Amino acid sequence: MVASSPFGSSIKRREDPRLITGAGHYTDDVRLPGMLSMAILRSPHAHARIVNIDTSAAKAMPGVVAIYTGADLVDLVAPVPCAWQPKNSDIKVPEYRPLAVDTVRYVGDGVAAVVAENRYMAEDAAAAINVQYDTLPVVVHQLDAMKDGAPQLYDSVPNNVAFHFHLEGGDVDAAFQKADLTFKQRLVNQRLIPNAMETRGAVASYQRGSNELTLWCTTQNPHIVRFLMSLCTNIPETQIRVLSQDIGGGFGSKIAMQAGEMIASVISKDLLRPIKWMEDRSENYVSTTHGRDHVDDVEVAAMKDGRVVGLKVTAYANMGAYLSTAAPGVPTWLFTVTQSGAYDIPNVASDVYGVLTNTTATDAYRGAGRPEATYLIERVMDLVAKKLNLDPTEVRRKNFIPSDAFPYSIASGAIAYDSGDYDKTLDRALEMIDYAALRKEQEQARAEGRLFGVGFSTYIEVCGLAPSAAAGAMGFGGGLYESAVVRVHPTGKVTVLTGINPQGQGEGTTFAQLLNGELGVPVEDIEIVWGDTDRIPMGWGTYGSRSTAVGGSALVFAARKVRDKMMKIGAHLLEVSPEEVVFDQGSVHVKGAPDQVKSFGEIALAAYTAWNMPEGVTPGLDESYFFDPVSNTFPFGAHVCVVEIDKDSGKADVRRYVAVDDVGNVINPMIVDGQIHGGIAQGLAQAVLETAVYDDNGQLLSGTMMDYAIPKASSFPNYELDRTVTPCPFNPMGLKGVGEAGTIASTPAIMNAIVDALSPLGVEHFDMPASPQRIWQLVHEQKGN
Amino acid sequence: MYPSAFDYFRPSSVDEVVKLLQENPEGKIIAGGHSLLPMMKLRLAAPASLIDIGRVPGLDGIRSDNGGVAFGARTTYDQIIKSDVVQQTLPVAAEAAGVVGDIQVRNRGTIGGSIAHADPAADFPAVLLALDAKVNATGPNGQRTIGIDDFFVDMFTTSLEPEEIVTEISVAKPAAKTGMAYEKFSHPASGYAIVGVAASVTLGNDGNVSAARIAITGAGPIAVRANGTESALVGQAPTAENVKAAAQKASDGMTFLGDIHAGEEYRAHLTRVFTERAINKAVERAQG
Amino acid sequence: MKQQVTITVNGTTHTNEVEPRLLLVHYLRDVLDLTGTHVGCDTSQCGACTIEMNGSAVKSCTVLAVQADGAEITTIEGLAKGGELHPIQEGFWEMHGLQCGFCTPGMIMTSVNLLKNNPHPTEAEIRHGLEGNLCRCTGYQNIVKAIQYAADKMSAEPAAAGDD
Repeated sequence: MVASSPFGSSIKRREDPRLITGAGHYTDDVRLPGMLSMAILRSPHAHARIVNIDTSAAKAMPGVVAIYTGADLVDLVAPVPCAWQPKNSDIKVPEYRPLAVDTVRYVGDGVAAVVAENRYMAEDAAAAINVQYDTLPVVVHQLDAMKDGAPQLYDSVPNNVAFHFHLEGGDVDAAFQKADLTFKQRLVNQRLIPNAMETRGAVASYQRGSNELTLWCTTQNPHIVRFLMSLCTNIPETQIRVLSQDIGGGFGSKIAMQAGEMIASVISKDLLRPIKWMEDRSENYVSTTHGRDHVDDVEVAAMKDGRVVGLKVTAYANMGAYLSTAAPGVPTWLFTVTQSGAYDIPNVASDVYGVLTNTTATDAYRGAGRPEATYLIERVMDLVAKKLNLDPTEVRRKNFIPSDAFPYSIASGAIAYDSGDYDKTLDRALEMIDYAALRKEQEQARAEGRLFGVGFSTYIEVCGLAPSAAAGAMGFGGGLYESAVVRVHPTGKVTVLTGINPQGQGEGTTFAQLLNGELGVPVEDIEIVWGDTDRIPMGWGTYGSRSTAVGGSALVFAARKVRDKMMKIGAHLLEVSPEEVVFDQGSVHVKGAPDQVKSFGEIALAAYTAWNMPEGVTPGLDESYFFDPVSNTFPFGAHVCVVEIDKDSGKADVRRYVAVDDVGNVINPMIVDGQIHGGIAQGLAQAVLETAVYDDNGQLLSGTMMDYAIPKASSFPNYELDRTVTPCPFNPMGLKGVGEAGTIASTPAIMNAIVDALSPLGVEHFDMPASPQRIWQLVHEQKGN
Repeated sequence: MYPSAFDYFRPSSVDEVVKLLQENPEGKIIAGGHSLLPMMKLRLAAPASLIDIGRVPGLDGIRSDNGGVAFGARTTYDQIIKSDVVQQTLPVAAEAAGVVGDIQVRNRGTIGGSIAHADPAADFPAVLLALDAKVNATGPNGQRTIGIDDFFVDMFTTSLEPEEIVTEISVAKPAAKTGMAYEKFSHPASGYAIVGVAASVTLGNDGNVSAARIAITGAGPIAVRANGTESALVGQAPTAENVKAAAQKASDGMTFLGDIHAGEEYRAHLTRVFTERAINKAVERAQG
Repeated sequence: MKQQVTITVNGTTHTNEVEPRLLLVHYLRDVLDLTGTHVGCDTSQCGACTIEMNGSAVKSCTVLAVQADGAEITTIEGLAKGGELHPIQEGFWEMHGLQCGFCTPGMIMTSVNLLKNNPHPTEAEIRHGLEGNLCRCTGYQNIVKAIQYAADKMSAEPAAAGDD
């Protein structure tokens, strides 16, 4: 049998034929007999006491079946859970009711749920509910919320500080004392709206008799949904089936347990009717979690030669009005462990304050904590270079962790990097961009008065989120292993069940390639199944670029169990001992005698008929594996961005973008490149386009796609990509992960380029987004001076 | 995403439209629906009735009109782009139509709908102001012609009577040695104009500017002519310095809107920048 | 009061009573069960709902079903003829022009119109032509390549265009 899709080949995606013909199956495509539509009435006020809710007129409207308020749900469902509570913090978790009881705390807080024959009718009725509010003072910015006298969201959370987290290593004070250069800088990561093209939503169907809840929802982690839903509704896990098949993008915003899913589930149980709830886009902008929103005060200690010897970070993370499911883990662990980036910084101290405000809750957004950290350290490298009048690449090289220093433990000892060769990616990137010529071109441009800049980001990231012991130590309320089942059928076809839950990352293809590599089965004969908690063993889902490194490894180990068993059966059929056979591209033959062979199909059939099994070998070919790696993976790379700024409009145009990434071994280069492309665009967009803005009353000014600028096809040019390969030693295939790399890298790369372009005007730093208006203001101010 | 309920009428003549407008004072005309439906989906607009003029005869088509061009009110941007008459006589209209929204919007959005809606950030109000267009409208008292300078009153408000419908927009044949251009700075999210400047510049035999109409959309609550710029240009040689100096006056006396992407001061600045760009391009074309 | 509409979708004529406020996208999805056309926004920005109506790409979230009375519509489900993928569909598959696939039906339907208007677009023209379609996954690079692939293929085999 010839392998049709070896590891490392760019085969076309197996997911695509149905997606390009309109045959995908997303949550909104679920149709059930008797299904009702749900609309959620949301608070127009950022902070108010609910004085009275009058639903009488609404209830009488055509098509309306029922209306629930927060009070009606108190006995049906527990609060929305916060499942990541960092242990070395004093975290206080406020009660987050799926529909508010007594007090609303952000614009968009749920107040009532209307179920009706269709969504139009449900919206009509929601508009007819009369809610009397008594408004309260509002606070939207985290620094304001911490001030004395600020409006308080909860009596139980003084000064709105939900947690303070501290991590340190080395002797930071000593480092600052001996340093040649010390400076402070405030760096702001603005608030972002994730904007998966498919909004969140759910179809819940509770069956009388079986007492089973079937929940279709658009989630990155169906098993977590089942687990938490069971805890919140008292429906046993055995009676909950979560289905999550095609998912229209996630980017972290489909990790958290969502109030709407919980409300739909318990109303379905209450009414014994299927309930559909899909956010419309404007609703998504307030009800689904936002990302980032960090203010970071950083202090840097450096030596004259550019070596950074100390880093002190005080971060203020805006958590929104409630603590979302994974939210506290993002600005604490995920942020602090990558703070020193690719650099050997021996003394680092971090303090993180998680602050509650009258805004939509924040949680993971592509990169989750690591983009904030990478932005911080990559801006710091440029600031050091600027202050010491050194080339930014020189400062980076001076600080790189040497390639022979791995595994490398960060200053706090909290985590150890697996492998890396940071000079290599930078060398390649400089070669691709022709650095010397580029700087000459810049000199020429500057002589002509043009604003032309070059920016770098030699990032690292933590991927393959694992292992479980670390998750436990970090206060994550679950494990971070991954499961796989490899089920060979009597005809030789193979079903793979995986606990990951992709949203477009292509594991339906790459996992088949992995299995093909292990068992030689043609990819056409392999079915990859995810998103069904009734079929698939407990798994933790797709986020943190973990699916292939962790879930793919589980698959490889399960496949190896199948292979070992097939060798035993094959040897038995060939009447030799297992030591005398080899497994070769799907068949088993006697060593040195390829004509004495049993095919994959023959062995599969033999395993299931079980007429003639070797002694001690049980029938069937169905193996599962739970893989818990010993550590994370650490992809890295060097990105270079070249920008030119139109002085008149302030618009920064990306002229070139070179990315050299090292994500370990690569299963399907086409898919990996696709992840990098999309990631880069998303990171660039944070820098120059996107920003979620609240006014002082807590109204979201960027409340629709008319106002919130996500990138369009014309926003950025083609990216020029290359790779180096430094395998990860902690998983069998040497994989690192690629889902977030582009996003993490590109934001600082372009900001460094823009600041470089503006540096002749004396600009050393300014905060994102580098919108045309903001850049024009800087140019204008400098002209004014 | 779910509009409120409304009564729906599908008249088959302009007279019937007028009658329906009289009978339904809370009614709204819908053609392509690309101004109205987005507002209805957000329930920012909830008209009691919609009068769908999609099938009313006589509102379609682009025709040559004494050397000028007449656009039926229901002409789509896509039809403008693809019209030979427009390409030959008023290429700026095609140029501007090409930067309205996107392919799908251009397939549905209509010129009559755009001006009747009077969105402050729409492109065509500026283009038609620069082209000195005339708007034909029909109401209970029959037909009348409204000069474009008298058409836009305020944000989302025109001088149309509530019971009138726009039927045609006409533009006279441009004078010899006239160049026109439309320059736009698009909103990064909506694609509407943060600033859009349409310029029509006519040169005399001496090469100096003999007439100019410059109009600005997006920046303020209403599309306006840049009178100061126009008078500074006329009689002058269209040199880069003169154009720059004239463009500096574009923001004089204007009221500016501000939003999270572009505040008032920035819009005023962009108004001057894009006025200069539009004029320079128009001059270049006039010089041919 | 409900209105009767007769709409031909992918070659089949349907007559239904609909509320005047029913958006065409909801008619296609909920009345005809053609769920390949998606809803990604509520302000006519994202283009996920793009279909072909009387030969032109339109955002079906910004058309009332009653406005489409009498129209000929092609949705993503009707684009492949006789089991053969349209060259644009093929291009998206070949060039990895999709990840989550949610924007893809709209992207493809817009691309049909884009190539009809301009059979040999430059990269810049393709990017401009996609102004009304948002993709959060791909960064657009491979979408541009997919359309270039289709343009090349369609000009090589004009019969394969299938955009009649």
